[in-house]
Amino acid sequence: MAASTTSAVKARPSGRAQSFQQRLRAGDDLAYAVTLAAAITILAITALLVYELYVHSTLSRHKFGWSFLVTRTWDPVAEQFGALPFIYGTVVTSVIALLLGIPLGVGAAIFLAELAPPKISSGLTFLIELLAAVPSVIFGLLGVFVLIPILHKLEDPIRSALGWTPLFQGPFYGVSMLSAGVVLSLMIIPFIISISREVILAVPNDQREAALALGATRWESTWDVVVPYAYKGITGSIFLSLARALGETMAVTMVIGNDPKINTSLFAPGYSIAAIIANEFAEAPGEMYTSALIELGLVLFALTIIINGAARLLVAGTSSKGGT
Amino acid sequence: MTRKIMRAAMAAALLAGAALAQQVLINCGGATFPYPMYSKWFDVYHKKVPALAFNYASIGSSGGIKQVTEGTVDFGASDGPMTDEQMRQFREKRGSNVLHFPTVLGADVPTYNVPGVTGQLNFTGEALVGIFFGKITKWNDPELVKANPGVKLPANNILVVHRSEGSGTTYVWVDYLAKISPEWKQKVGVAGSVNWPVGVGGKGNEGVSGQIKQTPNSIGYVELIYAVQNKMSYGKVKNSAGEFVQADLASVTAAAEKASKTMPDDFRVSITNAEGKGVYPISSFTWLLIPEKIADATKRKAITDFLKWMLTDGQNETEALDYAKLPKPVVDKEMKAIAKIQ
Repeated sequence: MAASTTSAVKARPSGRAQSFQQRLRAGDDLAYAVTLAAAITILAITALLVYELYVHSTLSRHKFGWSFLVTRTWDPVAEQFGALPFIYGTVVTSVIALLLGIPLGVGAAIFLAELAPPKISSGLTFLIELLAAVPSVIFGLLGVFVLIPILHKLEDPIRSALGWTPLFQGPFYGVSMLSAGVVLSLMIIPFIISISREVILAVPNDQREAALALGATRWESTWDVVVPYAYKGITGSIFLSLARALGETMAVTMVIGNDPKINTSLFAPGYSIAAIIANEFAEAPGEMYTSALIELGLVLFALTIIINGAARLLVAGTSSKGGT
Repeated sequence: MTRKIMRAAMAAALLAGAALAQQVLINCGGATFPYPMYSKWFDVYHKKVPALAFNYASIGSSGGIKQVTEGTVDFGASDGPMTDEQMRQFREKRGSNVLHFPTVLGADVPTYNVPGVTGQLNFTGEALVGIFFGKITKWNDPELVKANPGVKLPANNILVVHRSEGSGTTYVWVDYLAKISPEWKQKVGVAGSVNWPVGVGGKGNEGVSGQIKQTPNSIGYVELIYAVQNKMSYGKVKNSAGEFVQADLASVTAAAEKASKTMPDDFRVSITNAEGKGVYPISSFTWLLIPEKIADATKRKAITDFLKWMLTDGQNETEALDYAKLPKPVVDKEMKAIAKIQ
């Protein structure tokens, strides 16, 4: 390969062609151009997405204005649309998913990277990465046929332990925000484990050795040295999984109950933004209806940015305090 | 020898090419409910007339209406008739009218899971309205007890399950509820998806039936064909003549037959809560939406010929797939209406 390039340069030794080919051979400019083009493409696609959502939601934005965000009604017949129950459902299910997913995922990642024998670790990691590739409809079916019956059995223990809080009141039909949150947590755990494990493995060995040399136990070196070192990467994995939880459609719509109401009880059914778009978009007659659904897409986009931004600020705040 | 075979093969290929060039492809799309029927018809008709092929996209009723209005398909299909506003938009965009042709009939049935109840339950229209409004909240409500003498109904809370996505099945169901209750018509209305007063949403017939199977004391509605093919039990519904009728091919066709006397010329008619004995009250037509003016003469002839075949021989294919066929008066009226396609 290199030889043929050289001969090509020799064959046409003069002028611009030469300098171009030399630069090409040097690779810097070319690499710069190619990677820049890739970066611009991604930005352009995102911008186009926002633009399209913005333009096609004009009707709905003009009619409802900012009140769209705080209205609870979703009435396709009267063409009265409000996003609040969907925003609520999306946020609540994602929060449940993170509350369950973070301790399990990070815990498993620490075990696999630091504590487990290498053979077990690589085998288990392979299985977990397979889990990340399972289509979401399968997770939905798992939720309907396995998880919900399990939750039905757990209903009484949960009620006796936490029934005094407003979070576990009212009848439990199986489909609920709780079920959706649990299914989501199963879906995001593979992401948290897979990435966090890689990050922990990438912590230089001298960090561990130094800690052990100072007399730390294995666990002390892991918890006090390795995990803080990998902190940024672990939070990165959590952001990625949060984004997945916010936008997940199929599995959520199968277990959330698809009822656009705001209930404090996690046993009650709810609705998420992605789920209602998937459910109603194909059969939405009328321009106002379609426009309102597209505006929901815009709201989901904004919500993802706001939540991710807020989480990043939070992390920046805590890591600078806790640093070193 | 080989040469001869080669020549023959080439000749055959050329002929096939010529035949392909002459083949007419009709693009159409819409309602998912009659899709198995339509694909069977298109297949049988294609064997009869090989030069004609249909390409049906099962994208849902709203999609069918949108696409035929935009002119991206040769004809559309819908489980609910187009509204006056949609007809006006069609005229505005296409400069001519759109015609509705009923093809087969469908029905919605109430399906439920009540512990201890094994037999078929009876439902009055008022009971269904009450349940779906959230006013009847317990299985032993007097309205339900009265309709089911001898059945021991539990004092449990009712869970309503409806479709989560927009659908023709929902349209037929709420159309019936709105005919029974003016309050439903005013507060909830009639559409493929509505603002449900109570209940949880399941995706598709399978989502609704799955939810009901798993949840004691629940009730929902599914397409009759789905219930029959999955051997589900479903309730009888009281018709306007005061009989509790089980939905089946005969009682659904009967609903259309009774309604055909008052059938408007454009076939846009709801036959829920139809008058007369033996009719199942939650029945509905499904329609093909065909532009009145089809510029391409070959396509026009192909579509009108197909319609004539569908209304005669085609109707004999319906019951094998559990679709209720059109009653004779409707077929006769449609045969006359075909002449409107210019």
